[in-house]
Amino acid sequence: MSILLAILVPFIGAPFVAYVSRRSRAASAWTAAGVALLSLGILLPDLAAPFAGETTLQRLVWMPALGLDLVFRLDGLGLLFALMILGIGLLVILYAHYYLSQQDSLGRLYAYLLLFMGSMLGVVLSENLIQLLIFWELTSLSSFLLIGYWRTRHAARSGARMALAITGAGGLALLGGFILLGEITGSYELSVVLASGDIIRAHPLYLPALILILLGAFTKSAQFPFHFWLPNAMAAPTPVSAYLHSATMVKAGVFLLARLFPALSGTEAWTWLVGGTGIATLLVGAVFALFKHDLKGLLAYSTISHLGLITALFGIGTPLAAVAGVFHIINHAIFKAGLFMAAGIIDHETGTRDMRRINGLRHQLPHTALLATVAAAAMAGVPLFNGFLSKEMFFAEAMDASTRLNFGWLLPTAVTIAGIFAVAYSLRFIHDVFFNDAAPTDMPKTPHEPPRWMKVPVEILVVLCLLVGILPALTVEPILAAAAGAVLQAPLPEHNLAIWHGFSPALIMSLIALVGGVLLYSVRKPLFAFHDHIESKLNARAMFERVLALLYQLARAVTARLDTGSLQRQAWLFVAAALCLGTAGMWSSAAPLAGPRTLLPVDGVSLIAALALAAAAIGATILHRQRITALILAGAVGLVVSLIFVKFSAPDLALTQLSVEVVTVVLLLLALYFLPQQGPSEPGRSRHLRDASLAVTAGAGAAALAWAVLTRPYDSISGWFLANSLPGGGGKNVVNVILVDFRGFDTFGEITVLALAALGIFAMLEGLRLPAPLSDAAGRHWDSDMHPLIMATFARLLLPLAVLVSIFILLRGHNLPGGGFIAGLITAVALIMQYLANGAVWTHARLPAHTHPLIAAGLAIALATGLASWAFGHSFLASAFGHFALPLAGEIELASAMAFDLGVYLVVVGATLLILINLGLAHNASHAPLKHGGEC
Amino acid sequence: MEALLALLIGVLTACGIYLVLRARSFSVVLGLTFLSYAVNLFLFAMGRLVIARPPVIGAADAYADPLPQALVLTAIVIGFAMTAFVIMLALKSRAELGNDHVDGGGVP
Repeated sequence: MSILLAILVPFIGAPFVAYVSRRSRAASAWTAAGVALLSLGILLPDLAAPFAGETTLQRLVWMPALGLDLVFRLDGLGLLFALMILGIGLLVILYAHYYLSQQDSLGRLYAYLLLFMGSMLGVVLSENLIQLLIFWELTSLSSFLLIGYWRTRHAARSGARMALAITGAGGLALLGGFILLGEITGSYELSVVLASGDIIRAHPLYLPALILILLGAFTKSAQFPFHFWLPNAMAAPTPVSAYLHSATMVKAGVFLLARLFPALSGTEAWTWLVGGTGIATLLVGAVFALFKHDLKGLLAYSTISHLGLITALFGIGTPLAAVAGVFHIINHAIFKAGLFMAAGIIDHETGTRDMRRINGLRHQLPHTALLATVAAAAMAGVPLFNGFLSKEMFFAEAMDASTRLNFGWLLPTAVTIAGIFAVAYSLRFIHDVFFNDAAPTDMPKTPHEPPRWMKVPVEILVVLCLLVGILPALTVEPILAAAAGAVLQAPLPEHNLAIWHGFSPALIMSLIALVGGVLLYSVRKPLFAFHDHIESKLNARAMFERVLALLYQLARAVTARLDTGSLQRQAWLFVAAALCLGTAGMWSSAAPLAGPRTLLPVDGVSLIAALALAAAAIGATILHRQRITALILAGAVGLVVSLIFVKFSAPDLALTQLSVEVVTVVLLLLALYFLPQQGPSEPGRSRHLRDASLAVTAGAGAAALAWAVLTRPYDSISGWFLANSLPGGGGKNVVNVILVDFRGFDTFGEITVLALAALGIFAMLEGLRLPAPLSDAAGRHWDSDMHPLIMATFARLLLPLAVLVSIFILLRGHNLPGGGFIAGLITAVALIMQYLANGAVWTHARLPAHTHPLIAAGLAIALATGLASWAFGHSFLASAFGHFALPLAGEIELASAMAFDLGVYLVVVGATLLILINLGLAHNASHAPLKHGGEC
Repeated sequence: MEALLALLIGVLTACGIYLVLRARSFSVVLGLTFLSYAVNLFLFAMGRLVIARPPVIGAADAYADPLPQALVLTAIVIGFAMTAFVIMLALKSRAELGNDHVDGGGVP
């Protein structure tokens, strides 16, 4: 799992680096570099295979039943990107150490940078598309942190938010696209997807999938019209820009185009969408770049333009164009990282990035001037520098494609115009900053050459520009061939990385671009004036903010409409909405309401019980303001419900319902002591009418639904439970076996909820001072004879008997009605009776004050039972059982599920007692003389 | 018999919803209790009505569906926890706001 490890190392290293930076800045830089080197070192043994055209796949099986595995893929394309991410990452780490001022936390920057590095590695080394998407979103998140690094600055925060909003929205679209792709091919693994290009292209879902995936790629790679987040992301520290906007973040989009090239390309839709967007972006970026007075702004727009160029190459879609696209990805990463770093040096030394204020800098920074000039020449596409090679390939591909299109001449024209602008803005970057001696300067600081090591990263990149530019076949060819081969998933086309190809049309276009660019730059002054005039009207950022503000306003308005802070209103709206949905569902169904099942005859006792239940329920509803009466009636309803369970073969349910009913009534009676015994009448006749009609309609709906279900025959999965209960779970009571064995994990969740509810109640009652009434609703004082002697005596006698019964119920639960839930409730009732009969003070002195340990012990036993079956190599909570002979009692059967049931029992006892005792104690405290209170 | 149970579920639902829509916390708790009865009976009814065949192996020649029973059993216990939680919330709200209106306002 070396690839997984290489991806994880930066994530693990990030907090460590942040911690080290508290001691020393240098140490944190060394650690960060060490992390990147370690990650590179882990990948090292796998690096040879891609050069031989092999793809390394590493799989970590996770959920085989769902086809969810962690799968990693290292092929030529992944290798190229991994090297760029780690290599340029290392240079950026070195550079940032000198760039960032003493006040800024270097550790935080490095931590974010490493998080981002790990996420990017994950994107380029994933085999599974969903897994790729997760890393993709992680790059959006970590770049948000990086762009907003200077969090006290408004520009940084809004730039970060904009980048996150745009790339996050794109990620959502990408998810949709990937899911469609998975639906089409039946797999989320790249090996399958890349091999099923023909199926994908012929599928009716091809176009939606393509558009969604392209939305993801285009937003990430800042393609027109989503380009505007990138210039605003320049609020980030320059090392971040150098990293994100040369080699990594924005390249993720074009990486995706390259990755899915065999699966998606080769259709008309691909050519027009990708090619068209690429050309538009190329032009827009190139033109705007010339007019930016901010150094980084110029570089940002030039980045957009170059990304457009790469996109356009993939859009052209020929194998040779794809090779050129990969080549330009490499070249752009090298020269753009160098240029950003040079811009950072200038900013660092002069205190400004405004080209109108910096002039003639070559006198103070001769070395930097030389480095920047080389990198800018590469960007402009001057021969002997690396940018020239890929740009000329691009020109040749554009010429070639133009012969296959209507209005084909437009393509070389647009491309040449973009070339002219590229030369002009590259010239401006050099001339306006390092030369132009005549113009006045206005620099906040007196510049000096930066520290030696700050220039080293730039020097390395510039040397690479030259090496690739002069000796392409000796330097870049192997990795280019490996990466392009992985992109095409086919043998490479004939290509020749040479500087001189004879007088081709592409060379002529290059010459036109060079000459035209110089001419364009010489007439820049009137153009600048014109641009400054229209710029205020074309502010994409202001438009984005306006749209955002509008969305917020809309969301607030909708929320304010729906949520007025009234529970009553929410409740009836909710019921009404549910009714509408239910009615719509019932109406749209053509099936008859009643099914063909043979029905049971009605007997007299059942009819009387049903009438009693209905009368009690309706009576409680009508008399709900007489609260004690209503509560007693509700208790009667609960009793009849448990009789219903008895009647229809559910003894476990009946026992549970009965004991829960007792506990609930006691609890509500206790609570009622602190509430008004009589509810005030509610105003509004129309409201009562509305609620009554809602209630009656809902009741009719529920009855109809129940009737429809009850009259239909059905198939159940219960046959399996009934058949396997005894042989598989070792118990005859199937309900109990389901609870503690087959669905034991559910039960474990449920007792956890019970424990949480009890603890929540405990927390709520802590320190709560309840105003207790001195008299009941009719004004009678409470009876002072609190604990009648006969009841107290009998309750004490009953306790051991009740506990004995509950243990019996617990033990027999596996084979006869009973079990942990019921036994727990019976024990709780028996103990609560002591409180009722003897008073809280008496009982409290004889029983442990807190039942928390009981709950904890119960959960621990249940969990341990589950884990124990792991230890024996079974799945969680799998049950084991056996028969044992005991003296006197004879043969008994013991199952490990009984231990689990014991856990359930303890949690139920603990939770029930915790709830009731605490309320009872609050009750007791309220008997003390009251300082305030009295009843309203 | 099926019609009778369906009707009872309807009555319990109607009573529960009417009470849940009331303004005082105690009525709402009572309403939730009724709704719990209705929902539990409804879930139980998914296994259809069977007389004298409890799902205990060997007790009869055919058995009632044990699965809805297991689900309802835990639902009853969780329902109790919920009722307890809500009534404590009501007490807390009355202690802190001085009245038992669900919206925290109105006449004390």
